[in-house]
Amino acid sequence: MLSLERRGVDSRLMRYGSPVLALVLTVVTGFLVFLLLDRDPVEGLRYFFITPISDRHGWAELGLKMAPLLLCAAGLTVCYRAKLWNIGAEGHFLMGAVGASIVALQFSESTGFWVLPLVLLGGVVCGALWSMIAALLKTHFHCNEILTTIMLNYIALNLLLFAVHGPLKDPFGFSFPQSAMFADSALLPMLIPGTRLHIGLLFALLAAVAVGVIFSRTFIGFQLKVLGEDPQAAAFAGFPQKRLVWFAFLVAGGLAGLAGASEVTGPIGQLVPQVSPGYGYTAIIVVFLGRMQAVGIILGSALLALTFLGGEMMQIAMNLPKAMTGLFQGLLLFYLLTCDAFIHYRLRWNAKAAKPVAPASAANTTLAGQER
Amino acid sequence: MRLFKKLALVAALVLPMQAFAEDPMKVGFVYVGPVGDHGWSYQHDQGRLALEEHFGDKVQTTYVENVSEGADAERTIRKLAQAGNDIIFTTSFGFMNPTARVAKEYPDKTFLHATGYKRSENMGTYLSTTYEGRYVSGTAAGMVTKTNKLGFIASFPIPEVIRDINATFLAARKINPDVELKVVWVSTWFDPAKEADAANTLMDQGVDVIIQHTDSPAAMLAAEKRGIWAVGQASDMSRFGPEAHLLSVVDDWAPYYIQTVQQVMDGTWKSEDYWGGIHEGDIKIASISDRLTDEQRKKIDDTIEAIGNGSLHPFTGPLKDQSGKLRVPEGKDMTKEELAGMNWYVEGMTSTLPK
Repeated sequence: MLSLERRGVDSRLMRYGSPVLALVLTVVTGFLVFLLLDRDPVEGLRYFFITPISDRHGWAELGLKMAPLLLCAAGLTVCYRAKLWNIGAEGHFLMGAVGASIVALQFSESTGFWVLPLVLLGGVVCGALWSMIAALLKTHFHCNEILTTIMLNYIALNLLLFAVHGPLKDPFGFSFPQSAMFADSALLPMLIPGTRLHIGLLFALLAAVAVGVIFSRTFIGFQLKVLGEDPQAAAFAGFPQKRLVWFAFLVAGGLAGLAGASEVTGPIGQLVPQVSPGYGYTAIIVVFLGRMQAVGIILGSALLALTFLGGEMMQIAMNLPKAMTGLFQGLLLFYLLTCDAFIHYRLRWNAKAAKPVAPASAANTTLAGQER
Repeated sequence: MRLFKKLALVAALVLPMQAFAEDPMKVGFVYVGPVGDHGWSYQHDQGRLALEEHFGDKVQTTYVENVSEGADAERTIRKLAQAGNDIIFTTSFGFMNPTARVAKEYPDKTFLHATGYKRSENMGTYLSTTYEGRYVSGTAAGMVTKTNKLGFIASFPIPEVIRDINATFLAARKINPDVELKVVWVSTWFDPAKEADAANTLMDQGVDVIIQHTDSPAAMLAAEKRGIWAVGQASDMSRFGPEAHLLSVVDDWAPYYIQTVQQVMDGTWKSEDYWGGIHEGDIKIASISDRLTDEQRKKIDDTIEAIGNGSLHPFTGPLKDQSGKLRVPEGKDMTKEELAGMNWYVEGMTSTLPK
């Protein structure tokens, strides 16, 4: 009889090694998939992982795709370290996009340098306000934040749709659901001229570093970690639990709101219903892939951005279906979770039925268990 | 650094291969949905395949499916241009501004955007006059309904959809003055679950013919299950509802794609706002149900013919809006410009248009 047995101590090496191992296994499996499809696997992997970043434009596009993922992931890291399972980055993101658009459309005639900061601030504030709803429900009504944030995502989406169909609709746009194009003064400056990469990537990198500093250098970071590890200990120590929850949610909301603002003032230049292809959800994968560390989420967001670009490249160059993107992302997650499972547990062959694993740790099998 | 050298080497190997393959005319397509949606994107892909069949090795086509209408679209369109495509068709409204931006960067390439309104020297727009097909389905629906309630699953309140709702209602009302048309807005072009929900909501309200302006066959499947009628959209959906299927309004993009690519090859293409319908062969009525009586069939065939030969225009005056204001005077047909900006329901519609 096979059984999983909890390991005494998790291997530190393997905890950080498992994303790398997962990537290697993904590449190997991808190789086999191409063989099965009767395509040249070397060519396929090259198109997926290398061609998208083989020139300046490619790197710029990678950075462009990374920025919103990383901003959302940085905010979520603060929540997840404290074991606050905020699934609402998507909603914060959308509200940020709406907030920035409201401000940007007020200043469609202005050319002042102050327009852009105001627009971005609009995004941050709207994202943060949106996250406050879930924070309030958690601290004052003990609502489960997983449920409230997911539901708030749908409400945010419908508010966005209301905005583009109603008050923010381009009056000269034949009633198509999108806003007017923003004035140049409300658009983010480019980081690399001639590409679409804007300074939003700098915001994202800064945010990731700041989150790293919070957890390695500050008292509030320590308090958040304690709250995550053992809420009772945090209470004994007299940490202000409610304030910590609010802090985590506000940071997550503000950063995701900034991500939304950077999308509408960056590559899109107007508010459209499809402003997010699910960045807020993908960011959750980034956080776990990146082991809730600053460097980790930077690399994780780059890797996930690359899978999007690679999937596109394979469609264009090899006429393979879009499903290849999902396949690679799925493989990556599957192997990561599998590796994590084997870091926390070892496989045992018992003659008799094994004693069940202690239920407390069974609840934290893979994702939640890695922060002990 | 070794990695970078390798990358540079790979780039050096890959890029020229793409640049030299110039012989066939390369045509790229950007789809908003999956090619397997059995609706909008599927039909565009059928048009692409017809293009390959017609021109053989004189063309080489590529498509990218499921492209988000947000920030990703511009990159996809630009990549297709960089990969050497001479003509790029972007087949959803949300691709308008991204297409316009890339078209500006590549003045020697031809860009065609479906359903939009921005044009330039090297960017044209095209549209199929689906309202003609809707008029036929409205006629059929008005004849077969027993509850006098028709249901319309609508995506977004843009002129194209409003036009189609009006055409459906005008035709149904003409043949059956007691008819009522209920509209459910689902705010999506493709979401089988939402579309099925909308279909069930409509059926719960007593609707016995469902017409959809969304792309999946979910509503057809739901109608089949509950034994009522449904009209297929974009592609022939008869196989999803052998009993329920009344007829399908099929977008056939092949004639337009073949004609346009030929024009670009000959150097005669000019940027324009192309509209094609039953007359041009861009709209076809497919698989009319054999459960209809001969009389009903004849009425449908006559309507198709009358629209095809121009003797019937779905929007001929007098036409009033819901407030009773005269919008189109007696004896006048609505112009293309008026149709392109239609944002009002015709008189008799009971629901209100979302603002």
